[in-house]
Amino acid sequence: MSILINKSTRVVCQGITGRAGEFHSKNCLDYGTKILAGVTPGKGGQEVLGVPVYDTVIEAVEKQGVDASMIFVPPAFTADAILESVDAGIKTVVAITEGVPVLDMVRVYNAIQGRDVNLIGPNCPGVITSDECKIGIMPGYIHKKGGVGVMSRSGTLTYEAVWQLSEVGLGQSTCVGLGGDPIVGSSFIDLLKMYQEDDQTEAIMMIGEIGGTAEEEAAAFVKENVTKPVAAFIAGRTAPPGKRMGHAGAIISGGKGTAAEKIAALEDAGIEVAQSPADMGTAIQRAIAKAG
Amino acid sequence: MKIHEFQAKDLLRKARIAVPESIVARSSEEASAAFKQLGGPIAVVKAQIHAGGRGKGTIKTNPDQHGVQLVKSADEAATVAGNLLGNDLVTIQTGPKGHTVQQVLVEAGCDIARELYLGIVIDRACGLPVLMVSSEGGVNIEDVAANTPELIYKEAFDPDAGLQSYQVRKLCHRLNITGKSVRSADAFMRSMCRLFVELDCSLAEINPLVVTGEGELIALDAKIGFDDNALFRHKNIGELRDLGEEDPAEVRAGEAGLSYVQLDGSIGCLVNGAGLAMSTMDLIKLHGGEPANFLDVGGSAQVEQVTEAFRILLDDKNVKAVLVNIFGGIMRCTTIANAIVESYKQVKFNVPLVVRLEGTEVEQGRKILAESDIDIITAEGLTDAANKVVAAAAG
Repeated sequence: MSILINKSTRVVCQGITGRAGEFHSKNCLDYGTKILAGVTPGKGGQEVLGVPVYDTVIEAVEKQGVDASMIFVPPAFTADAILESVDAGIKTVVAITEGVPVLDMVRVYNAIQGRDVNLIGPNCPGVITSDECKIGIMPGYIHKKGGVGVMSRSGTLTYEAVWQLSEVGLGQSTCVGLGGDPIVGSSFIDLLKMYQEDDQTEAIMMIGEIGGTAEEEAAAFVKENVTKPVAAFIAGRTAPPGKRMGHAGAIISGGKGTAAEKIAALEDAGIEVAQSPADMGTAIQRAIAKAG
Repeated sequence: MKIHEFQAKDLLRKARIAVPESIVARSSEEASAAFKQLGGPIAVVKAQIHAGGRGKGTIKTNPDQHGVQLVKSADEAATVAGNLLGNDLVTIQTGPKGHTVQQVLVEAGCDIARELYLGIVIDRACGLPVLMVSSEGGVNIEDVAANTPELIYKEAFDPDAGLQSYQVRKLCHRLNITGKSVRSADAFMRSMCRLFVELDCSLAEINPLVVTGEGELIALDAKIGFDDNALFRHKNIGELRDLGEEDPAEVRAGEAGLSYVQLDGSIGCLVNGAGLAMSTMDLIKLHGGEPANFLDVGGSAQVEQVTEAFRILLDDKNVKAVLVNIFGGIMRCTTIANAIVESYKQVKFNVPLVVRLEGTEVEQGRKILAESDIDIITAEGLTDAANKVVAAAAG
C-alpha cells in the first residue's frame, strides 16, 4: 500500500476551470490520476479536459463518488473551498493555493480538528504515490516506485530530494509536500504515524526548514514512536534572523526556529541528518544501512 | 508588512485603546509646536523607524543622541528633533547602516507606576492566536523568554469569539494587577485581541504596556506587523506601507514578482523555489563561499523576470560570481535556458555565471545553453555547482 492516495483514489479538482487548475489537472490525468470531476461555482454543466464540472463538491461526491480533492481556487476563497470539501465528506484534501491569509487557516485548522479528514497544504506541491496517483504540481516522471516516504515543507527542494533518491536507486512510496505557511493542515507527526503503519514505506525522508518548531516536535515523536530508519535535511542554515525566506513560515524570530536547534534535536533522536542538500539521497542510504 | 509606531498608535486610537497624546513632527519647528500643543512640562521625542531598540540606539554621526529622548521644553524638543531628522539611527535591529529618520513622534509624558509587556502572535503549535503578557516590560522580551520564560504568561483565543474576560482575570492574577486596574486591563487586552484579528496582524506588541499612577493601562509603545497575504482585504492598511524603510533591491524584486533578501556575501544566487533557494545559500557556505542573497524566481520564470533578477544581482557590487540553480518541475529547463540566453544578451554580465539545470527537459535545456554564444560555466549536480561558483568568485 501507500499513504493518503493510491490508484483507486477518485479525485475532484476545485477550480478546474482556472488556468492553473486546468493545466495541472491535465498533468495529473496524464500521470494516471483518476480526476472524475471538477468544481467551479456557477460553471456547473461544463466539461474541462473531458471531466464534468459541477457547482458544488457535494454534487461531485453524489455523482462521481470522489473521495479526494485538489484545490486551485484563488487565495481569498481557499478556506471556503477546503471547508466545502470537508463538509462533503472528502477524506483527503490537498490545497495547492499559495497566499492564503494566516487567520483563514487558523479558522480552517480548528474547524477540522476531530474530523475524519487529512488536509495537506495550503501553499504546497501536493501528494504523489509513485506510479499510482498524483494530486499536485510536482513533475511526475522523477518519481520511482519504492519504499521511501518523503515529507517536506518545501517544493523544488523535495523534487531535488526525490531526484537524488531515484539516482541512488531508492524509489518512493508516497511523497507529501506539507506546505510553507505557518499554519498548514498536516504536520510531520501526522505523516510519521501514517508512514510507520504503512507496509510499503521502509524508510522516511524528512525535509524541513527554518522557522517554527515542527521539526523539533517531529524529532521527539520519532524518538518515541518510529522504528523505521529516518533521514532529514534542514534548509536555511545560513539564513539571518528576522528575514522571511520566501515562505511565510520560514523565518527565525525571537531566536527560535534556527537550523542549528533543529539539527541538534534531529540528531538527538537518532535521525541521520544530511549536512549538504547534495547529500539527501546518501543520508537515507546511511540511515537504512545503520538500521541494518 | 511593518508600519511606524505613530501609525500603529493611530490604529489603536481608532479601536479605543488607550495611548498617550502625541503629534508627528517632520521638522524642528513642528517638534517645538507639538511640545507647546501638548502643553505638559515634559514630552518624549521618538525617532520613527521600523526597527526596534530605538531607545538604546544612537545616531551614526552623533553617538550622544539616542533615538528616544525625554525633553523639558519646546526648545529642547526642537534641538532633539533636529539631531534626529534626516540622520541615520543605528539600533541592534538596523545593522550598521542604520535607518534614516524621516519623522519623529512628540509624545506627552506619562505617569508610570509599572511597565508590563503585551504581545499577540499566531501560535503555530496550537493553531490559534495567543496573547502573551509579562511583568517584565520595557526590556528586550527575547531576553525574558530565554532567561526567565516562567515570567511570560500566555492565553490562546478563538479569533471569532475573541479573548474572554476570565482569561484577562487570570492574567491579572498572574501579573498582580488588582482593583480597578482589572477593568482597564479587560478593555485593553480584549480590544487588542480584537484589533489583531480584524486587521489580520501577524504581530501586535505593546512594550512597555504601562500601568499609570491612576491604575489605567496605556500603550507607551506600539508595534504592529501585518499578514502580507491578507492585505488584499485591507486597502487602508496597504497605504501605510513606507517603502523608504525597506531595502530598495527587495522592493524592486517584489515588483517583478521575485522573492529576494539581500545578504553580504559575494555569490549571487538565482534559484526556483524558496526551499531550494535557502539550500543553495547553505550549499555555497558549506563549500567555503558566502551567498550575496536569497532569490526565488518562483515557478513560472519568464524572460522579463529572469532579466530583472540578473539586473538586481549584478547591481550588488559585492557580487563576484552568479550561480543559477534550477530544478525544473513544472517550469521546463528549456524555458529557463531560453530565458538565461535572452537575459544574458540584455544584461551586461561582468562576472562569471555558473548554471546548474536538472529536471524536466534538462537535455534540451543544456543543449540550448551549449549552443548559445554566451559564456557560461555549466555544472552537473549541486556539489559541482558549488565548487565551481566558489572558485569563480575567488577569481
